[in-house]
Amino acid sequence: MAPLVYFQILSAALFVIGLYGVLARRSAVLVVMSIELMLNAVNINLIAAASHLEGQGRFLNFDGHIIAIFVITIAAAEIGLALAIILRMYRNRATVDVDEINLMKW
Amino acid sequence: MGITDLLIILLSLAALFAGLTVAVLGLIWLERKVLGRLQQRLGPTRAGPMGLFQPLADALKLILKEDIVPSSAEKAVFWIAPVIVVLSAFVVWVTIPASHTLVVENLDLGLFYIIAVSVIGIMGLVMAGWGSANKYGTLGSLRAAAQLISYEIPVIMVVVAVAMLAQSMDLRVIVERQGSYPFVLLQPLGLVIFFIAGLAEVGRTPFDIYHAESEVVGGPFVEYSGAHWSVFFLAEYINTFAIAALTTLLFLGGWAGPLLPPIVWFLLKTLAVVLVVFWVRGTFPRLRIDQLMAFAWKALVPLSFYAVISTAIYQFYGWPAWSLSLMSLAGLLAVGYLVYQRMTGPARRVAQVRARQQAAMQSRRSGISGGPVAPPAAQTPSAPGQS
Amino acid sequence: MVLQDIIFWLLAAIMLAAALGVVLVRDLFRAALLLVTVFLAVAGFFVLLSAQFLAVVQVLVYAGAVAILLVFAVMLTKDVARGNQPNRLRLPAAGLAGLALAVFIAVAVTTGWTPLPPSVQEQAALVQTQASGGTTPEGLEQAGISGEVQRSQAQRATLADLLLGEYVVPFEAVSVLLLAAAVGSLALLRGRPQG
Repeated sequence: MAPLVYFQILSAALFVIGLYGVLARRSAVLVVMSIELMLNAVNINLIAAASHLEGQGRFLNFDGHIIAIFVITIAAAEIGLALAIILRMYRNRATVDVDEINLMKW
Repeated sequence: MGITDLLIILLSLAALFAGLTVAVLGLIWLERKVLGRLQQRLGPTRAGPMGLFQPLADALKLILKEDIVPSSAEKAVFWIAPVIVVLSAFVVWVTIPASHTLVVENLDLGLFYIIAVSVIGIMGLVMAGWGSANKYGTLGSLRAAAQLISYEIPVIMVVVAVAMLAQSMDLRVIVERQGSYPFVLLQPLGLVIFFIAGLAEVGRTPFDIYHAESEVVGGPFVEYSGAHWSVFFLAEYINTFAIAALTTLLFLGGWAGPLLPPIVWFLLKTLAVVLVVFWVRGTFPRLRIDQLMAFAWKALVPLSFYAVISTAIYQFYGWPAWSLSLMSLAGLLAVGYLVYQRMTGPARRVAQVRARQQAAMQSRRSGISGGPVAPPAAQTPSAPGQS
Repeated sequence: MVLQDIIFWLLAAIMLAAALGVVLVRDLFRAALLLVTVFLAVAGFFVLLSAQFLAVVQVLVYAGAVAILLVFAVMLTKDVARGNQPNRLRLPAAGLAGLALAVFIAVAVTTGWTPLPPSVQEQAALVQTQASGGTTPEGLEQAGISGEVQRSQAQRATLADLLLGEYVVPFEAVSVLLLAAAVGSLALLRGRPQG
């Protein structure tokens, strides 16, 4: 198995790409997609740590898996809500450009 | 993992693909024959004895046809969509065992894996509809996505119930646990839900709204022709075969059976399920899209939750086996009654309205007693209450 | 081992290229397709890390449900015509991302991780593969775990036991959250057509 650092660098790269997507794109749908990228990066990191590092007092370490399952579940909930909000926004304003949704901007 | 292991896996994959292709050709012939019989025709008779070479001729024709790519299509998406659909159909078969030893790669999580992989095919359909740059295609692919995602839920829940009964997701273990009696006796509701939702998953006839010729002229496949279209066709039949095989493995005891060798039993049971699929196709009309979604969310999803909960109660309290059968049958009967009520609802309402009109007519006639009233021409005495 | 390394680099290349595509490509539908590629590559990494169960969950939830939802959103908002345009923040965002990457890598490299020794790692991997189907004594024996203490530890630490034992409160909380999200999105989207 590849050393832990490789996985960490990989997941850092994926996370950073997602970060760029969130900051630099106009479409709200794409912002949601970038958030998914970031969550996936976190999951890679968690699983890699779980299978490379020692668990607390246990021979086996499933905590990373458990947290990853929670991340996936919450991501599913989040994406359902986010897309509902985006569709609603599109229905009201006929745009999903996050730069134009500035009604509540200070 | 050495080179030889890799070679063995590649060889067994090739063998699996060859076997599936032969099975699909057989299924096509069988379907045309069975449908012909159901419609009081003969089916194919010309090519070969009893039309046995008809699928070969069909395949040859399809491959030799011109393969048209629409000029405004997104080429990459258009080309790769059929590949994804057929791959997801094919990869499911990697872990489906035909007997205890006859399996490419048995997985601990076999059942879960099958469900997960079959979901990828939906993406292929969406890509096909989008990539062909056609309104019908896009509409069909949206319908496909909505339908397949909706019917995925009952399938998953029933699979969870079966996994609870067998205490495993390994298909071989599931079959072994059915040694004394198949799960269909324990959980008949599960079989019915799985079969119906499975039909919807592969888009067979009562649920083929997303590629209905008379409404969306082929849906995602509208722009496909020749070899590309035949790939979709192949995937559809592989999926049908997979659903039949899974029904056999999960509910009908798999390859267990007396006298004959296991593989023969497996094929016989699968064939029986396939014949039921064809029978359904020959019998039922297509559902409308709203009926389709309503059926999934209002009937199948609650029912599948009921199946899981009844199985959990049975497992947790360690009740005798017949109690689960009873609970399951009760659910089945309740739903059958509701569906019957709903199906006959319009006819009943019509009958009520007719009866009311009749009564009003009667009272008016008796109210003007004495005077000669000519009865309306349309009023025939035996009209109401017949439906 | 060599095969696993090849798979690692292949998956890494595919995943990073697809991820870059997601944020750079102009066509939103293609971005969604590339995102599915990323999800599948991540599932591949999970298999590589012998987390089979999570790999299957990843394919089912992300490549199945989430991807379809995203495609629906792309198709329904007709945003594809306008494309995936960058906003004014492109250069600062790139700079910030680069900075973050540098920090992450520096932290990952300089932190003194204490990894399991390779032999134990392989044992753990074997058990994790086994554990998805129940940690049977035979399976543990196969993985080379024979000590009484170790075996009981391994058996107590399976995913299902943890999820419904030690982590049962978060588990239930997440269930409630999912239900709330489902009801919430329904409530958001239904109602009068005019809004």
